[in-house]
Amino acid sequence: MSKLSILTKGILKENPVFVLLLGMCPTLGTTTSAINGLGMGLATTFVLMLSNVVISAIAGYVPAKVRIPSFIVVIASFVTILQFVMQAYTPGLYETLGLFIPLIVVNCIVLGRAEAFASKNSVYDSFLDGVGIGLGFTAALTVLGLVRELLGSASAFGIKFINGDGILVFILAPGAFIALGYLLVLFNKLKTKIK
Amino acid sequence: MARESTLKNMVLTLASITLLASTLLGGVYVLTKSPIDAAKVAKINSAISKVVPEFDNDPSSDKFIKELNGKKYTVYPAKRMDDIVGYAVESFTTGGFGGRIVLMVGFNADGTINNTSVLSHTETPGLGDKMVEGKSDFSVQFQGKSPENYKLLVKKDGGDVDAITASTITSRAFCDAVTAAWEVYKLCVDQNIKKEGQDE
Amino acid sequence: MEYILIIISAVFVNNILLSQFLGVCPFLGVSNKVSTAAGMAGAVTFVMSVATLVTYLLQNYVLIPLGIEFMQTVAFILVIAALVQMVEIILKKVSPSLYQALGIFLPLITTNCAVLGVAIIVVSKEFTFGGDPQMLNMAQSVVFAIANALGFGLAMILFAGLREQLELANVPKPFKGMPIALITAGILALSFMGFAGLV
Repeated sequence: MSKLSILTKGILKENPVFVLLLGMCPTLGTTTSAINGLGMGLATTFVLMLSNVVISAIAGYVPAKVRIPSFIVVIASFVTILQFVMQAYTPGLYETLGLFIPLIVVNCIVLGRAEAFASKNSVYDSFLDGVGIGLGFTAALTVLGLVRELLGSASAFGIKFINGDGILVFILAPGAFIALGYLLVLFNKLKTKIK
Repeated sequence: MARESTLKNMVLTLASITLLASTLLGGVYVLTKSPIDAAKVAKINSAISKVVPEFDNDPSSDKFIKELNGKKYTVYPAKRMDDIVGYAVESFTTGGFGGRIVLMVGFNADGTINNTSVLSHTETPGLGDKMVEGKSDFSVQFQGKSPENYKLLVKKDGGDVDAITASTITSRAFCDAVTAAWEVYKLCVDQNIKKEGQDE
Repeated sequence: MEYILIIISAVFVNNILLSQFLGVCPFLGVSNKVSTAAGMAGAVTFVMSVATLVTYLLQNYVLIPLGIEFMQTVAFILVIAALVQMVEIILKKVSPSLYQALGIFLPLITTNCAVLGVAIIVVSKEFTFGGDPQMLNMAQSVVFAIANALGFGLAMILFAGLREQLELANVPKPFKGMPIALITAGILALSFMGFAGLV
């Protein structure tokens, strides 16, 4: 696999949200606006990138039976560092995303990439994989956030362009499920068209 | 690839990874502690400067606690040239639709409400969160009003406040919190008058 | 009274799946049949209540006295992972029939964010029962965990029932599978919004 395809496969072909349907909790829970989706995506990318690098570096030394606990400790450490950094420099965003920041630990994408890719590949490849998958996740969350924000509060990235309220339900919990459902339909349609 | 698992190297690996992780976290914790505290203070300070007239002291260091009906409220006095120009009262209510709402309510020296700022809440986005300044005109209607002659109740309850559409519970809770802040403000003013009386 | 409030609030008003979005992966993943959904719900109830009790004790008697709250995330997830393993081993020995029923779901629970989520909520959020905000005590924490697990189970089983019916329906091709399941979940969440304001 070329370096470029490692980096780009996460964005469309193996998009963690639209294709693999992983990491659903933050996808649905934090996308009340495009900014929140973008923030959550970047936070996850940060953890994914660093944990991929460290895990691929130590994988050779870790005995098979304690592999998963070791990986979890590495991931949890980076999540905690992220929590500190966000609390210090982006306290507003940290408060909005709330519980979903510590919950990056149990995001199946992060542990999934550690298991499926980082533990078997070189440090550099794992870094690219982390960035690629992370950006794919970020793109998906931003799109979903943008759609929900457009429909729900008639604004984009916090900028209002129509006077009015929007269809409130899209910001609320049910709207998350419904918007993602229809986005998947669209994604499937596009995929079959391209084929 | 992965090494063979013996009890010794399993324990050793896990222990050393955990140890390394905790040292690293301890380090980052110490490094980020002061920026985190600073961010918290900055949030309070920016809320204060939003709600009271211009001041030249540091309200955070002059703050004091007032008790009202068994609940504790923090008050931040704003001074210019050592004269009180207003008070910012950190008020709260548990009556919101989603639970607790924390507000910073600022009063001018003449007892009128200068402005309000929401510190934290769990109201529904798009409905109750319109009470947050800048999201709708709801909070604007309090500016310049004195609770002395402005009834802090929603119109449905016979007051003067226009409730947020479809969010009467939030609006009521907001009014409650402002009322509590007003009571606390009166306590502060009473105390000041007494103090001045003693000085003379 | 508090207990009733905790239970109604967690099961209906703030349903962990349909309004908090915790544990959505198993919600979408193992909800094809009512029987598997019920099995998953049972396993989650068990692990969530034990895990919450243990992490509550860990937070209040180890992390806080030692002043190392910053290890919270690391410590909690390790405890949950270890606990799941332990439950699996004990269940295998003590009750093979129960293991048969719940066994396959146990490994999935470590990465179920509902379990870690509830453990973190319990030690970090203040609750109000009409009065002053306060942290949950130990008994309340366990009740909160069980109530959330019940809410998880309720949503899970309702959703699995709907999906069983969907199997028979004639769904347009691009909607097949996950998209229609998500839209159905949205409608279910919409109906749960009717409980809002109950507590």
